[in-house]
Amino acid sequence: MLLTIDNLHTTFSTHRGKVHAVNGLSLSVAPGETLGIVGESGSGKSVTCYSALGLLPPTATTTGHAWFNGIDLLNCSPVDRRRQLGNRIAMIFQDPMTSLNPYLRVGDQLIEPLRLHRNISKPDAEARAVEALRETGIHDAERRLRQYPHEFSGGMQQRVMIAMALITEPDLLIADEPTTALDVTVQAQILALIRNLQATRDMGVIFITHDLGIVAGMCDRVVVMYAGRIMETGPTTALFETPKHPYTVGLQQSLPAIQQHGSHLYTIPGNPPDMTEQINGCPFLPRCARAVAECGSASMDLEPVGEDQSTACIREQSP
Amino acid sequence: MDKIDKSTSLWSDALRRLCRNRLALFGAIFLLLIVLLSVFAPWLTQYEYFEQDLVLGAIGPCREHWFGTDTLGRDLFTRVSYGGRISLLVGACATSVSLTIGVLWGTIAGYFGGHIDRVMMRIVDIMYALPFTIFVILLMVCFDDVEVRGIDPQLFTLLLLFMAIGAVEWLTMARIVRGQVLTLKQQAFIEAAVTLGLSRRRIILRHLVPNVLGPIIVYTTLTIPSVMLLEAFLSFLGLGVQPPMSSWGLLINEGADAMEEYPWMLIFPGLFLSAALFSLNFLGDGLRDALDPKSTGGP
Repeated sequence: MLLTIDNLHTTFSTHRGKVHAVNGLSLSVAPGETLGIVGESGSGKSVTCYSALGLLPPTATTTGHAWFNGIDLLNCSPVDRRRQLGNRIAMIFQDPMTSLNPYLRVGDQLIEPLRLHRNISKPDAEARAVEALRETGIHDAERRLRQYPHEFSGGMQQRVMIAMALITEPDLLIADEPTTALDVTVQAQILALIRNLQATRDMGVIFITHDLGIVAGMCDRVVVMYAGRIMETGPTTALFETPKHPYTVGLQQSLPAIQQHGSHLYTIPGNPPDMTEQINGCPFLPRCARAVAECGSASMDLEPVGEDQSTACIREQSP
Repeated sequence: MDKIDKSTSLWSDALRRLCRNRLALFGAIFLLLIVLLSVFAPWLTQYEYFEQDLVLGAIGPCREHWFGTDTLGRDLFTRVSYGGRISLLVGACATSVSLTIGVLWGTIAGYFGGHIDRVMMRIVDIMYALPFTIFVILLMVCFDDVEVRGIDPQLFTLLLLFMAIGAVEWLTMARIVRGQVLTLKQQAFIEAAVTLGLSRRRIILRHLVPNVLGPIIVYTTLTIPSVMLLEAFLSFLGLGVQPPMSSWGLLINEGADAMEEYPWMLIFPGLFLSAALFSLNFLGDGLRDALDPKSTGGP
């Protein structure tokens, strides 16, 4: 396994009390595998990844382990962690427009991870940057390197971010909703780009998104998150064909489909729970149509329910 | 390494853009002329700044005295050029003191946040609450008897003056910078820099500070004039520069008293002070635009 997150708990202290953002979550990614993390806003998708990389503000408390390359990222020194970040682990973000420093030329930002983590001269780094830009489909790379971020369009900026993330040839790429801020045609290009680059490098990818369509096209395996817990996980095809957890079913039904034109869009009733309270049993209970009394004391452990697929729903687990 | 990286991008670009801005360039050249005049004052005039001619008294501008003389018969051109030395020095030194402390203080408080921020900003608040004059007087009185070997006492007083003014002027700068850093810290590119594994020092120097340069420069161009006026005020109280030394602030004070009979005593130093401040403002404006890559559409 490339990255193994084990029993991760993350809480934030706020003036309203403790917010339990991630509750005992475990997952792993293999080299060359794409893992999708899906869920509604606030389900803890991003926080999971940020916690694992130790990127949360000091108001957050994290416990658990995140093993990567034999290092526990959650319990190692900041220096050791920084050696992995931007080097063996790279990240791309939701909004490319604000992810680049407006005061630095694109070229200077691109070579920053190389200059930091590799013992490489500036001309050599720049040659690598030109190559990296070409790989992401930016023409006229030499001239583009001399430009500032505002001279790039959103899609182009995301290509730069990808080039920057991949320039050190990382083992793991974490993509946090990388196409949410882009329009649909650009989105397709960026997704294809990530997939191609992944295939040529045998890189592990964690893809955080709320778009099930993207998951279906991109991911080998999916983790469905709700209220900081994993509800269900399994290979993408199995999960889409035989969803077991009512929440997964609900998510699928809320996808707008073109042939259903005119009919009402399905929404899951109710709202996500208040995360300031420690929830016993299934957090989806108040919104679930199939809930029974036992759900209130469910252990929320994942039980296998088919080939590689497992769910936390006790109604689907064999007694 | 940091410096070289920057000089090939941000600063050289900024310089090129600055040279395209005529008003800023004009300001820079004019400022340079005033500086040269002050520096080379002894070679430009045949009088000494303390040389009195009581029989002559105050006369208007003429061939022997280009700017006229003051009530004690001292050549005003000489006094204005010598005064420029003090005023420009106060402006430059006190402002750099306030700039260094203010920017560092504000950036650290803003970037680290939490308890560090709270403690640092309360210190600023406390210093704000102290009446400025009392604070400076205290400083000057405390260090008045201190004799530092190898330093001329008069120069020491001057240095003390720079320090005292700088030590008070950095407060606002710290507040401005902290506010900017607080908003910048939330920006995705700072987060992105963290995920690249950059150290805090590098994030602050390379990603935060360049982004707050705009407001810093604007406020600096505002600080320099206020510092010069402070010097005039302190000198007037007898805490700063003492006659027969001169500074623009001191000369303007003297001139204001004699304004009705000898208007040139006010006009010439006033003209120099405002000309210097105007050029500074033009230059500051130009610098701010030049440092923003978006302002002129880049190279």
